[in-house]
Amino acid sequence: MHIIENGNVAAALGVKLCRANVIAAYPITPQTPLTEKLSEYVESGEMKAEYIPVESEHSALAVCIAASSAGARSFTATSANGLLYMHEQVQWAAGARLPIVMCVVNRAVGAPWNVWNDQQDSISQRDTGWIQMYCSDHQQIIDSVIKAYWLAEKVSIPIMVCYDGYILSHTYMPFDAPDQEQVDAFLPPFKPDYALNTEKPANLNTVTLPDVRMDVRGELAHGYMEIRYLLQEEMRAALAVAAEAEKRFADIFGRGGDPYIEPYLCDDAEYIAVGLGSLTYQLRVCVDALRKEGLKVGVMGVRFYRPFPDVAIANALKGKKGVIVFEKALSYGYEGALVSDLKSALYEHLAGTGDLPMVQNFIAGIGGRDIRTEDLTQTLRAATKSRVAKEPVWIGLKL
Amino acid sequence: MGTRNYRRKTSHSDHGPGDGGRTGSWRVERPVLNTSLCIPCKRKTEACFMCWLFCPEVVISRTIPPAINLEYCKGCGICAEECPTKAITMVDEAAFSEEDKDKE
Repeated sequence: MHIIENGNVAAALGVKLCRANVIAAYPITPQTPLTEKLSEYVESGEMKAEYIPVESEHSALAVCIAASSAGARSFTATSANGLLYMHEQVQWAAGARLPIVMCVVNRAVGAPWNVWNDQQDSISQRDTGWIQMYCSDHQQIIDSVIKAYWLAEKVSIPIMVCYDGYILSHTYMPFDAPDQEQVDAFLPPFKPDYALNTEKPANLNTVTLPDVRMDVRGELAHGYMEIRYLLQEEMRAALAVAAEAEKRFADIFGRGGDPYIEPYLCDDAEYIAVGLGSLTYQLRVCVDALRKEGLKVGVMGVRFYRPFPDVAIANALKGKKGVIVFEKALSYGYEGALVSDLKSALYEHLAGTGDLPMVQNFIAGIGGRDIRTEDLTQTLRAATKSRVAKEPVWIGLKL
Repeated sequence: MGTRNYRRKTSHSDHGPGDGGRTGSWRVERPVLNTSLCIPCKRKTEACFMCWLFCPEVVISRTIPPAINLEYCKGCGICAEECPTKAITMVDEAAFSEEDKDKE
């Protein structure tokens, strides 16, 4: 059914359709309306779930970790400093291999205090062992939540579904809210390998020694390093499972595309703008304008940031003259995290082939600084003429 | 042989001795039982067993005499502390020869 709603409601509807059993969240702008909507669903009986109010984000994820360990499909959501406050439990959920889904409604981190949009919050959680998906519109938010549960439970890795605060969370757009029957057909009930059980007690994630050990059955059990290696190995393998999720989703819901990247006018393009989230849809407007000037430009959104779809990205950018990466976050002291990863993928797959494009990096919209389409267009135009600068350039900076 | 085919991909241990590895290697002091002071040993009957009850690692048996599994005993000293007749004393591991340690 097509409805007009905001991005937070799209996320909440996705969680309801996935029949999450336990929701624990602490309100923080701009995530608040999402959790308020979920609490309304639970309070009205529209959704059969436990909504557990907590005193902090750290506790919110701790509740989800416990609930997921007990076999419950769990959900939480946060933004900015809330996510940072969760950080210790974020790492724990990944090491414990719990298929929790969390919406990160992207917002700038303090200090200084700021409630507006950028993506420093989720980017700063890149190395925690969570899968990260980025959404560009409301349809992608609801669809990503549904796909995320299937994928997370298939690979036993938690997933962050990231979408831009305000730009997506608080704006209204039409989107298709799938039927419950469709979602039930796509997403079977959560059946973990082991769920907390008083008949079969176990110690989960206790002190695990540097070396392997014999367990009580006399079988050789993993040490810490083997457990962490398996997380890396299965995270990489999750790329193929994500493609399976995308295909399954398309078969049932009739929409979908490339699971990893979202190209727009890229086939004949000489220059490609790259980004995460709603910024890539704004860049489409710039690309349309520059195409009228005869410039062969395209734009590519990266939908999966971790695991990083290096092969898909290298294939898409192979032989292009230039790649221009726009980011709403950066790794302080160097450059945008996405551009570093992207260059690493290009080097790995294209070095020495003569197909290696020139790569430039622009930082935009930090702390909600307005990203003017004219500025983006001008930046993109200039970047196709020559290399603008070696260091990342901040668009719209007023220093 | 490695752990590739181990049935779990997380740290998951079932209850029982040794679920945390060979913790006996952590020990600095070893509990030594004096059977002439131990209540069940003296009475030749099942009694007391405070050491068995309090051992957090469940490495002391409910037998006459109580046996301490040194493979997993961390040497925490709770048994010695709880023993009502002071039949258990904690002895510095250095007092035992390398040969003794190998026999653990």
